[in-house]
Amino acid sequence: MDANSPADSSRQMPPHAFSGPSGHHASVGPSHDRPIAGAGLPEKISVRNLDFFYDGYRALKSVTLPLYDRHVTAFIGPSGCGKSTLLRILNRMYDLYPKQVATGEVLLDGVNILSPKQDLNLLRARVGMVFQKPTPFPMSIYDNIAFGVRLYEKLSRADMDERVEFSLRRAALWDEVKDKLRQNGMSLSGGQQQRLCIARAIAVKPSVLLLDEPTSALDPISTAKCEELIDELRSDYCIAIVTHNMQQAARISNFTAFMYLGELIEFGNTEEIFTNPAKEKTSEYITGRFG
Amino acid sequence: MSISNSATLSMPVGGLYHRRRIVNKVALSLALGAAGFGLFWLVAILWTLLYNGLSAINLPLFTENTPPPGGEGGLLNAIFGSVIMTTVATLVGTPIGIMAGTYLAEFGRNGKLAEVVRFINDVLLSAPSIMIGLFVYELMVVRMGHFSAWAGAIALAVIVIPVVVRTTEDMLKLVPNSLREAAAALGAPQWKMITMVAYRAARNGMITGVLLAIARISGETAPLLFTALNNQFWSADMNAPMANLPVVIFQYAMSPYEDWRQLAWGGALLITVTILLLNIGARLLAGLGTTRK
Ligand SMILES: Nc1ncnc2c1ncn2[C@@H]1O[C@H](COP(=O)(O)OP(=O)(O)O)[C@@H](O)[C@H]1O
Ligand SMILES: [Mg+2]
Repeated sequence: MDANSPADSSRQMPPHAFSGPSGHHASVGPSHDRPIAGAGLPEKISVRNLDFFYDGYRALKSVTLPLYDRHVTAFIGPSGCGKSTLLRILNRMYDLYPKQVATGEVLLDGVNILSPKQDLNLLRARVGMVFQKPTPFPMSIYDNIAFGVRLYEKLSRADMDERVEFSLRRAALWDEVKDKLRQNGMSLSGGQQQRLCIARAIAVKPSVLLLDEPTSALDPISTAKCEELIDELRSDYCIAIVTHNMQQAARISNFTAFMYLGELIEFGNTEEIFTNPAKEKTSEYITGRFG
Repeated sequence: MSISNSATLSMPVGGLYHRRRIVNKVALSLALGAAGFGLFWLVAILWTLLYNGLSAINLPLFTENTPPPGGEGGLLNAIFGSVIMTTVATLVGTPIGIMAGTYLAEFGRNGKLAEVVRFINDVLLSAPSIMIGLFVYELMVVRMGHFSAWAGAIALAVIVIPVVVRTTEDMLKLVPNSLREAAAALGAPQWKMITMVAYRAARNGMITGVLLAIARISGETAPLLFTALNNQFWSADMNAPMANLPVVIFQYAMSPYEDWRQLAWGGALLITVTILLLNIGARLLAGLGTTRK
């Protein structure tokens, strides 16, 4: 699956280019022969031959990859390679903008969500998203979390309290805000705001979480907290995270997808991608030779 | 001036620096002079108003109706009429203005229809209010066959609408798109996003717009002259002519009767204070909006 990036197969001929220690995969030649990483795991989302156009500009080129349930998949690649674009297709965020078009298939639990019949709001309730910059709503911490829940569930006061506490606890924010739930969400620090956004996303009980550079605007301590949190959440969700931080990708993801100029260059086990990438471009990027 | 002191210490280029300082002083004096000129007239107007108006402020002003020539009385019916018509105009104009502004900012955006609506709104915003008075006169007064408070309120509402449309659109456009996306990402339909998130983020600015619109209509005379006209007696009938402060001031100020002119000063002071308070309120709210950002 990771191999249908024809533009790259010519470039990765010289086997000595691999930076990994063993290199025995390289001798097998193009990664066509490598089994699909994670094959056999349940595919929560299957992206197939996905193309994306911004008003005619092709930002994604025939991307195919799986996102496995209860695993974290990291998307890496230089700026502008289409990572955010790909994430914004998975909850059809692009639909907010009339001139953006996706073609191909994205199956969520086997159903093509790119179908025009797909109910967008229900989809987005199932596929949560956290953005690069924290986006607390101008309302209380409590209401920030209750907002999404109220859209689809009619909970009693007590149940709602419970849900708010549950989400804040999962987002490792409860202890810091439990005494000021009525305070405006915008009064929190940046790191707290981002965890509030994660709590908000969890509160509606999605099955997929999309995180677009969630820690790039945060200080190291908040970043560490968020990473811990993602590690925690792994056991219940299918998580896709975009990151520019290689160590972060290596630390928290099970699978890594390397993208370049709108193409998926390589998809594989994170350990494999970082120690023994099949493509020259991947190793160049990981070792910091470009990007 | 601590800035110039420290600059003197670190600036070796004598001539050039000296010239800059002089130019700076001249520019500063001119600016101060202009500001002072403007302020002088403002203070002069306010002082005249206070001087003449304060002596007219007494209990009967608020408890008695407008008197016949030479008689004693107050402005009760005019104050009541102004409050009623301003209130009705605001209640009618604000929802329409907010809905239209919301359409422009959230739905129409750069579409053709939105562009046309925006243009017409700008024309309406700067239309002389006397034309709006004439328009409502033709539309309502002529057809109904008599002046009425309804006509007055509608004329004022027509003035409220473009102000509210404009501020609503501007304030909604200041709401970052990331907030809209964040709401959509939770599965919120667009109307929920607008009412629960965008309005909340823009609330202070939008209220400011409504306050400014109220301030604007509370002094309007021309549109009422053609619509509600005036009524010397107490009337709460929206289908009949109704007294109101601006027209009473207009008529009494130009009358030869001293009592009437006194009442006109009192009314002018009332309106001015009201507008001042509305503006201060708007300022405070707008300030709150920026500190929260
Ligand atoms: N709203 C947009 N309109 C037009 N082009 C866009 C838009 N957003 C992104 N692009 C283009 O699409 C490509 C991929 O962008 P993006 O997915 O944001 O990259 P990444 O998240 O990997 O940095 C870039 O070339 C970018 O310039
Ligand atoms: Mg991006």
